[in-house]
Amino acid sequence: MNENGKMTVADKNLGKSRWLNYMEQLEAESIHVFREVAGQFERPALLFSGGKDSITLVHLALKAFSPGKFPFPLVHIDTGHNFPEALAFRDKLVEEIGAELIVRKVEDTIKQRRLTEPKGKFPSRNWLQTYTLLDTIEEFEFDACIGGGRRDEEKARAKERIFSVRDEFGQWNPKLQRPELWNIYNGRIHKGENVRVFPISNWTELDIWNYIRSEKIPLPSIYFAHEREVIEHEGQLIATSEYVRPSADDAVSVKSVRYRTVGDMTCTAAVESYAKTLDEVVNEIIATRISERGETRIDDKVTEAAMEDRKKDGYF
Amino acid sequence: MDLLRFITAGSVDDGKSTLIGRLLYDSKNILIDQLEALERSTKNRDDGSVDLALLTDGLRAEREQGITIDVAYRYFTTPKRKFIIADAPGHVQYTRNMITGASNASLIIILIDARHGVVEQTRRHSIIGSLLRIPHVVVAINKMDLVDYSKDVYEKIVADYELVAKQLELPEVTYVPISALRGDNIVDKSTVMTWYEGNCLLEFLEEVKVESDINLENSRFQVQYVIRPQTEDLHDYRGYAGKVMSGIYRKGDQVTILPQHKETTITKIETAGKEVDEVFCPQPAVIHLEHDIDISRGDSIVKTEDQPVVANEVDALLCWMDEKPLLQGNKYLLLHNSRVVRAIVKQIEYKLDVNSLEHFPVEEDVKLNEVVKAKIKLAAPLAYDAYKKLACNGSAVLIDETSNTTAAAVLLQ
Repeated sequence: MNENGKMTVADKNLGKSRWLNYMEQLEAESIHVFREVAGQFERPALLFSGGKDSITLVHLALKAFSPGKFPFPLVHIDTGHNFPEALAFRDKLVEEIGAELIVRKVEDTIKQRRLTEPKGKFPSRNWLQTYTLLDTIEEFEFDACIGGGRRDEEKARAKERIFSVRDEFGQWNPKLQRPELWNIYNGRIHKGENVRVFPISNWTELDIWNYIRSEKIPLPSIYFAHEREVIEHEGQLIATSEYVRPSADDAVSVKSVRYRTVGDMTCTAAVESYAKTLDEVVNEIIATRISERGETRIDDKVTEAAMEDRKKDGYF
Repeated sequence: MDLLRFITAGSVDDGKSTLIGRLLYDSKNILIDQLEALERSTKNRDDGSVDLALLTDGLRAEREQGITIDVAYRYFTTPKRKFIIADAPGHVQYTRNMITGASNASLIIILIDARHGVVEQTRRHSIIGSLLRIPHVVVAINKMDLVDYSKDVYEKIVADYELVAKQLELPEVTYVPISALRGDNIVDKSTVMTWYEGNCLLEFLEEVKVESDINLENSRFQVQYVIRPQTEDLHDYRGYAGKVMSGIYRKGDQVTILPQHKETTITKIETAGKEVDEVFCPQPAVIHLEHDIDISRGDSIVKTEDQPVVANEVDALLCWMDEKPLLQGNKYLLLHNSRVVRAIVKQIEYKLDVNSLEHFPVEEDVKLNEVVKAKIKLAAPLAYDAYKKLACNGSAVLIDETSNTTAAAVLLQ
């Protein structure tokens, strides 16, 4: 009984509480979305970056379709600037779950399409991935691409649907989005169009970490504190590598760092940390006062509308 | 910790974005770099203050025009709850966006400008909330600082709104006098309005009981996907994957498959590959049945003792969401969760005025943002409940097959 003397749900069912906590509710919503994709589309694919969000997607998809086989190929748009740890992790995961892996390289697109390589100290190919992604969608005729985008990441993403229709040019038109009501997902498209699907739209960074912790999902080692040679650049720590070479006036040092996101070595910054376990990482995330993208992505700082512009161009 | 999804209804001038900004800001859910970006974009303001409204307007056009065009989702967490806010525009031309945001909300905050009291817009937002059966209503009377924090003004608005609540049969209404701009009664109790004895807004949002909003009585499950591994060791495996939309399912339950009207028994239930004794709403599940029945995506598995309506012709309220108007006799696809059925809007009975609830005859075609009562004829039977009884199985959308866009929200009657 509650304070008003009314029967509660728990009373009616012999004292058993049938109420999902927020984590279980988010998981249920994501699994529902995954099954809608499998039910509605002929050639869906899961865009896999090797980061924690796409690893979480794989874990959710395994839950959604068990014991059936993994129903989508994993597609990795490879900039060539990967963390070796993330690549090794990717290959091991693919083998474990028995999924098909499709890798398409930005390097090849640059050669074929005579694209101009980015210049500067941190020559990020992040933006060029759009070309390779759109070519890959065309090559395999994917009608749905599942991505790990979250609405808490960024203001433009906050407005995107879970089923987000892209035109033949891969473009997102924020003014022509379909109304998305209840848990009903309209994935009908014309030939040449595709749908980007974001099953973890309603998760926050902290939700992802809490889920990884409670589900004991393995992650690439770079998410935990390790020693690395880094350059300090405008308050951010960027690892030295064959793609990022320090110049004479750089402050180079070896620090204990971990990564909060895993993008390219050229556009992802590390954070100083001694957190070696998931518990320690989660505690640091709770305590942080800087957003994930703000702290770790060099590429989002350019303009207020940087993400909106890239999404309109067909970015993830 | 649980989850509360709510919508804020109000428009440009009611201070809706400021309220959301205030909730995020005062509950310390805004991070340093976001605040810095905010300061950069508001540095042109004369008084040098930070415009909290800019935290929520995500698209360039919105920032330029200072309005909210589309539904945006915001997230914040307190030690008690995780919150998802659907931040929807309030102006009449964005009714479809508000309906979209309201469709998943279990609570609505209706903002009233204390200087203007209950106006047409207040009524419209309340009507939309009541049409969509949002279980909890909070009336936030904002800009109290502009009426000298007057208790009389507050009480007059409460009395006026009570009439609206009575007319709409709103189940539960809570009133909070606030100033979003100054932070009164949002996260911290107002030091000025000492006459107000209730909870501040955030306390209320943290404590409102939402557990009993889910229906555990009427069991509804629709097949989303059939799992058939067809491997050597699982070659007979055939599981029906879907979500428990409402109610509870147990191993051994006598069930009926609709619309086929075939009876069988649940032999096994799995979640994430593990066998379980029961599943309840909104858990995802894989159900196994005793008999070999032809079942595909969109078919319903319900308990034999408690079945929904199965019909080829339905009455519904349509909230029109497409720029292209609705004409009587037009054909669409009706998407009812995972089931797609061809549909003809056979007869449009009346137009519902969302500002007054009055019925008007439909003289021309039905335009964007209008709500009409219609009879829809279906090419195949639909297993559904009235939206009023069981929203999860009484909601659908109409899709324009030529443009593929979602043309209407459908509330089945």
